[in-house]
Amino acid sequence: MSKLSIAVGAGDHVQGDPAAECGLVEYGDYECPHCARAYPIVKRLQQHFTTSLSFVFRNFPLSQIHPWAEPAAEVAEFAGAHGKFWEMHDLLFENQESLGSALFLKLADRLDLSPSQLQTAITEHMYTAHVRADFSGGVRGGVNGTPTFFINGQRHNGPFDFDVLSNAIEQALSAGKPARRE
Amino acid sequence: MANILQAGTPAPDFSLHVTPDQRLSLNELRGKPVILAFYPADWSPVCGDQMALYNEILPEFQKYGAVLVGVSVDGVWCHAAFAKDRHMHFPLAADFEPKGEVARSYGAYRSEDGVTERALFVIDRNGVIAWSYCSPIAINPGAEGILQALEALPS
Repeated sequence: MSKLSIAVGAGDHVQGDPAAECGLVEYGDYECPHCARAYPIVKRLQQHFTTSLSFVFRNFPLSQIHPWAEPAAEVAEFAGAHGKFWEMHDLLFENQESLGSALFLKLADRLDLSPSQLQTAITEHMYTAHVRADFSGGVRGGVNGTPTFFINGQRHNGPFDFDVLSNAIEQALSAGKPARRE
Repeated sequence: MANILQAGTPAPDFSLHVTPDQRLSLNELRGKPVILAFYPADWSPVCGDQMALYNEILPEFQKYGAVLVGVSVDGVWCHAAFAKDRHMHFPLAADFEPKGEVARSYGAYRSEDGVTERALFVIDRNGVIAWSYCSPIAINPGAEGILQALEALPS
């Protein structure tokens, strides 16, 4: 019930060396306050584990309760298509309280991306399929809410504060590189 | 954890209020796969809680022609407010009076807490339990098990 169903691959946004000893995957939602709380924690983990940790973010927008989550995910994917996924990812979490069309255009402009191209991408649903594919893969892989973390392919249950997550990562590191990386 | 009814057992019928003036009986759903999701309480304090998750993936369940029914001991007005707040698109049944009677008939009642277990049942088109799972109360079981069970049903 708790294994990552879709291996990290070319369609993913990865920070760090994809072959790092420990792979952390987060399924998240840009409008979820818990994900916003996890955002600086992931940054601390990355600083702490440096090259032994890679980080992948996949979309899991709960659009029935978060009306801006799906468009925000598409904005991040649009930025990703222009090589600026992580810049947009960070800005979206840092501006979570003002998510909306006006912010999306402002952020695009700030990252030197074309606001009009962004608008077209959203209205034509160019990245909807990608976001939905992340979502469906998550559902099949036991994602049960946001954020859900996977450490070397195993779902992390329980709290996601720095100490708990870093302990779990330490354990994964000391367990050594699994024979089959997820 | 409770001993919930297992696969192969005919699903006990019930008739529960899903709105103040409407009841839903399991019998009415014969011919369609039914997902019964017992959960402890409305208003769980996290986003993406179990019912919100199922609400999001309703289309995936519907691909199998399945009907999802959430069940807790909360009353109809509580369910109505919760469903409205979270934009729920599936019925929430109130196992309210006699409290927890339906949950008990599925072996999914926690007498010590006065709430239902976090128990899942996939019922086949003939009204027989095809799969069941009881999750530790604090762990949201997600939807993977339900989808696998629906996939395994003869079409």
